[in-house]
Amino acid sequence: MAELLRYRDDETVDHPAVTVDAFLDQSNANAVRIEPGDDARDLLPHLERVALVEVNFPAFGDGRGYSSARILREAGYDGELRAVGDVLVDQLAYMRRCGFDAFEPDQQLDKDDVQAAFDRWPDVYQSAADDRTPIWTKRHA
Amino acid sequence: MRLLTGNDLKTGAVTWWTGSDWSIHVEDAADVTGSEDETARREEAARRVNAPYAIDAEMQDGVPRPTHIKERIRTLGPTVRPDLTLKPAEPDLGNWVI
Amino acid sequence: MYQYDQYDQAMVDARVEEFRDQARRRLEGKLTEAQFTPLRLKNGLYLQLHAYMLRVAIPYGTLDSRQMHALADIADKYDRGYGHFTTRQNIQYNWIKLEEAADILADLAKVEMHAIQTSGNCIRNISSDHFAGAAADELVDPRPYAEILRQWSSFHPEFNYLPRKFKIAVIASDTDRAAMRLHDIGIQIVQNDAGELGAAFYVGGGMGRTPMIAPCINPFVPLDQLVTYSEACLRVYNRYGRRDNKFKARIKILVHELGAEEYTRQVEEEFAHLLEQGVEPPFAELERIRTFFEDPLFEAGASSDIDRSDPDFALWVDRNTVAHKADGYVSAVISLKPVGGIPGDATAEQMHLMADLAKDYSFDELRVMHTQNIVLPHVRAADLHALWTALDVAGLGAPNLDTVEDIIACPGLDYCSLANARSIPVAQRISERFAKTGKTETLGQLKLKISGCINACGHHHAGHIGILGVDRKGVENYQLLLGGSEAEDVSLAKITGPGFDEHGIVDAVETVTTVYEREREDGERFLDTYRRIGMNPFKEALYG
Ligand code: HEM
Ligand code: SF4
Repeated sequence: MAELLRYRDDETVDHPAVTVDAFLDQSNANAVRIEPGDDARDLLPHLERVALVEVNFPAFGDGRGYSSARILREAGYDGELRAVGDVLVDQLAYMRRCGFDAFEPDQQLDKDDVQAAFDRWPDVYQSAADDRTPIWTKRHA
Repeated sequence: MRLLTGNDLKTGAVTWWTGSDWSIHVEDAADVTGSEDETARREEAARRVNAPYAIDAEMQDGVPRPTHIKERIRTLGPTVRPDLTLKPAEPDLGNWVI
Repeated sequence: MYQYDQYDQAMVDARVEEFRDQARRRLEGKLTEAQFTPLRLKNGLYLQLHAYMLRVAIPYGTLDSRQMHALADIADKYDRGYGHFTTRQNIQYNWIKLEEAADILADLAKVEMHAIQTSGNCIRNISSDHFAGAAADELVDPRPYAEILRQWSSFHPEFNYLPRKFKIAVIASDTDRAAMRLHDIGIQIVQNDAGELGAAFYVGGGMGRTPMIAPCINPFVPLDQLVTYSEACLRVYNRYGRRDNKFKARIKILVHELGAEEYTRQVEEEFAHLLEQGVEPPFAELERIRTFFEDPLFEAGASSDIDRSDPDFALWVDRNTVAHKADGYVSAVISLKPVGGIPGDATAEQMHLMADLAKDYSFDELRVMHTQNIVLPHVRAADLHALWTALDVAGLGAPNLDTVEDIIACPGLDYCSLANARSIPVAQRISERFAKTGKTETLGQLKLKISGCINACGHHHAGHIGILGVDRKGVENYQLLLGGSEAEDVSLAKITGPGFDEHGIVDAVETVTTVYEREREDGERFLDTYRRIGMNPFKEALYG
């Protein structure tokens, strides 16, 4: 297991994340793990008790987790949103835009490559779950 | 016989395993029966070839001829542009391919 | 034409550097081929039969002479002096080196071009009507809407790992010249009773192994909700499109399995939610984009007279020019289908020439057609003879638009690693046969489309006559299909019966045209006759 990359200042949650089903049954859990087939919207009634959502990417090509992340952020979730699993350096910038603020990749990423990935895009075309101003808004500011 | 083929990682050129190296000429290809998986793994890991795989071929007039037409087209180049094949001066090679 | 500002340029430049870095990591062994493949595909770089292949985007098929010159220069500098124009209005180069790919992207970026998202499981280059801004029958120019969707879909963070590729086409006339309903999303710009513009959304069309015609899921989305609605369509697809089976992963399968009604319901629900998220661009952006697509300064009172004394020229005018919205102008089609030639291929010299002619005669604009030809959209009638003369000398004057010689053919087994059979030689033999028998002209409109495998890059399902290459125990074999159309009378072609070999298929095509000649009634196209009399007479003639 590689190092956790985390872009938040608060304390990390130290309990293991439980499955969505277990979370919905267990009223005291505050960390939950979403698998690609889970519906992130099932968590929405319970967001106030969640401190960590892990979104699992068993294979990097399965992009459902990007929608899960945005849906949570759109609903106002502001706890930790962690991408885990087959998380590769070339996906980081997109994940960040969808609201992820922590990454726990299966394989260690090269620090310089990570920094380069986050610094890559001077601007963004469209709005997403981050607070970057899209180009089309800047043009008419 | 079995031949090991792939593309050169940098140039994309079709290449054949000669037993000790890679060549763009099928004439140089060696029979890899028995060692294909191991050679493929080793050579790909060393980035001397991209996406290698083994194919069936038969010896014909001293030259290995891949069994499937797709591999024969790969060997020489597009049938519709003889000028761009490996042997533009030998127009009869169309018969070898098809 | 749309022009980049500093933002667009910076994004494309950043992409070049990103790819340069990715290619470096691949060459250094930091990325495996499995990891690199989706990254290179998102820059249009395939590994094909003979080398790497690069697909360059031509957004909504529009380019200027500077860009066409640059495409020619790339063909010369990095490839083997030619390129292949595709059914999605792009261009492909067949002999690319990985080492040089980033340099090519840098050369493209200098002329506001790129290969972004021309492959991979993301939103692809957006196609449009090749006569946009020129057609006599269009409501408005559809390209501003395609451009706003280009911006929206470029590097979209949520939709870069979709279940499968995603293709969008935008048109704005009742005549469909872009196979709109055979796309994942087809959009037609329409006007409601109040005179307002909106977008009709057709979702879930496609070709490939399960061809489907997209149903209309919303007849009128207001223009200031276009992006939000598209986002809703994509989100439902990204979440629920099938990922268990690559062959069932396109959105058409989702729409089909859920039913259009249920899919629409889910989209509307997501749409209602997204409307509150503020993802729509400011309307001023659409207005800004529209200014780039204003009409060029057409000469008022330009004469429509054409001197038809040269019969070869007159034939070309009749065949290859199309009505224009401005008096005294036409759109002229440059055929990339010389008899016996390779459909869609153009040499660097030909590209340079077409660019020069666009500058001289067409307000510096060219279009790529999905039928793999090139359009000069705005040509004065008075300039046609000079234009034709220059084209003819360069082998670009074939008078065969929409005839049996104007064949769409995918690269097939000559270039494509997925192919079952060669497409190009079949196209060559068919055009040679009809040129020899002299029947091309009398057969009238006859759209013939050939794919080398079930993926249908050559649109065989949408051919009046379609040909599909299959592998029969290691030997090339060809199935014949009849009755398809990609136009506003869209339909899917049906297989006639057992397939034919390389020579048999050419005879078979001739046979079905003979049935048509025997059966046709006044003014009927091949397709009309087929629709009236059905498959049986053709089957009888083919199989006895
Ligand atoms: C030579 C490299 C090419 C490869 C590897 C390739 C691969 C594919 C594949 C796998 C599909 C099927 C996708 C699916 O059904 O989900 C497809 C469809 C398609 N391709 Fe290609 N293609 C190539 C070249 C081209 C060319 C040259 C054109 C244009 C002439 C083209 C245009 C299309 C179109 C229009 C479709 C059908 C869209 C649809 O399925 O709805 N492709 N291609
Ligand atoms: S239809 Fe098949 S053979 Fe033709 S280009 Fe597409 S994938 Fe290749």
